[in-house]
Amino acid sequence: MSIHELPTTQNPVPAAGKTRQLTVRREAKPSRRRRRLSDLPGWLLASSAVVVLVLAWEGIVRAFSISEILLPAPTRIVRALVDGFTTGTFGSNTLVTLQEIIYGFGIAVVVGMLIAIWISSSRLAEKTLLPIVVVLQTVPKVALAPLFLVWFGFGMESKVLATALIAFFPILVNATLGFNSASVDQINMMKSFGATRLQVLTRLRFPNAVPSIMAGLDVAVVLSVIGAVVAEFVGSQAGLGYLILSSNTSLDVATMFAVLVVLSVIGLVLHYAVVLIGRRLAFWSEENRSRNVTP
Amino acid sequence: MTTTVMRFEHVVKQYGGGTLAVDDFDFSVRDGEFVSIVGPSGCGKSTLLKLIMGLEPLSGGSIEYSAAARSISAMTGMVFQQPLLLPWHTVLDNVLVPSALQSRSRRKADRGRALQLIGMLGLTDFVDSHPYQLSGGMQQRVGIARALLHDPRILLMDEPFGALDAMTRDQLTMDLLKIWEQDRKTVLFITHSISESVLLSDRVVVMTPRPGRIADVIDIDLPRPRTLGTINTPEFGDYARRIRRVLDGTEAVSS
Repeated sequence: MSIHELPTTQNPVPAAGKTRQLTVRREAKPSRRRRRLSDLPGWLLASSAVVVLVLAWEGIVRAFSISEILLPAPTRIVRALVDGFTTGTFGSNTLVTLQEIIYGFGIAVVVGMLIAIWISSSRLAEKTLLPIVVVLQTVPKVALAPLFLVWFGFGMESKVLATALIAFFPILVNATLGFNSASVDQINMMKSFGATRLQVLTRLRFPNAVPSIMAGLDVAVVLSVIGAVVAEFVGSQAGLGYLILSSNTSLDVATMFAVLVVLSVIGLVLHYAVVLIGRRLAFWSEENRSRNVTP
Repeated sequence: MTTTVMRFEHVVKQYGGGTLAVDDFDFSVRDGEFVSIVGPSGCGKSTLLKLIMGLEPLSGGSIEYSAAARSISAMTGMVFQQPLLLPWHTVLDNVLVPSALQSRSRRKADRGRALQLIGMLGLTDFVDSHPYQLSGGMQQRVGIARALLHDPRILLMDEPFGALDAMTRDQLTMDLLKIWEQDRKTVLFITHSISESVLLSDRVVVMTPRPGRIADVIDIDLPRPRTLGTINTPEFGDYARRIRRVLDGTEAVSS
């Protein structure tokens, strides 16, 4: 009676053209696959590629004796890096920039989260504040750095605040999105078991927002590094951005590259710190469960 | 000694857009009774549960229910169409959500009962697992354990097996029957499966589509305890056909 028991007819309607009886047969095969280069782990391949590129860079600079002012060789950059930290001012300047990043990022996290909580716990705040946030978000925050210089002076404050302003928006937007990501059904479930409005917020909407918040923090922490450096470019007396500018004026390109290395390391460490914390806290999120490759 | 546990008095629900979801729903549920509400989708059967739980305001009439319980929220236990578990909590913590919402000490005190319920539903090995590690059927079992945590006298079930595959569905239906036989809670069971409603219920309320009105109330006089074998008895078939006829009639009227 079922569809599977229908008698099978051979070519009930002859197809156009000649047909032949075809058979496909698949069998177990002893796997004798050749080992390929792509079987090697990703980290090994990536780091080998970097080594090859750096060697090529070194080779080209030496072979064509390119001027140090145009493109210093990697060995020259490493020397500048070592000199910078031993005899130079890399240590103190790194500390200044690092402080600006951390303070700025910290302010952005606190203020961004508080406003996100406010927006998601009050319909009125959501309706009035959210459109303003969306509009403000499109303002290029970097362009405000000169203004901050006027308002808060040449010291660290103007850089901290510029950094905070840049890092603030991704945190606010992602946290707000996260707090609002709980479904009506989930909220009804909590209410049916007697949850108060506050409990729906703390027991459902906050934990539910963690993956989204961590994604926002990741964007924000990388932007913080950019914010601090750009703010230093605009006008400063210390910091890695200042170091780039001053080495640039004295045509010390090797030092400039060395500072770039330091900045990249700071960015990488902060990024991975956020990613690791995020994976810890949001182990249950779909995104984290499907991930099997480290970015 | 059949006392009324829940009384719907000419309940009307009209949504903001003007859709009349439920119209003149007048019905009494007796203590310890298993009542199914059957109807085509969009007949406002799920709306009824939302009205009971106060998740939606009534547009007319009234609903009243009473039961012995520690608190208002402990009077009822609700099972949803989706498991709606909290993904960051373990199975045990999910079952304990109703207690945790009351107080930390309540949660601690109910831990033993939660473990017992988890055992009863065959999830002992998964106490410390997270929802994403469970199958759909297992997740729904956790949802049932959560609803039973406060030992509510009234159990509200909103198409709890609707999202499951047929085999899991049969199994959970039988498990539910067994659990219900233990202490005969008052159950309001929303479904669109006729056979499910006949197998489980003492009475079946058949609803009309849009607006949801009571088309008929059918008493199911099949002997208990019922088993999957009950489905093959001629009486079962008679009841199922009767409900089918009522449903077909309502659809003919509406179209």
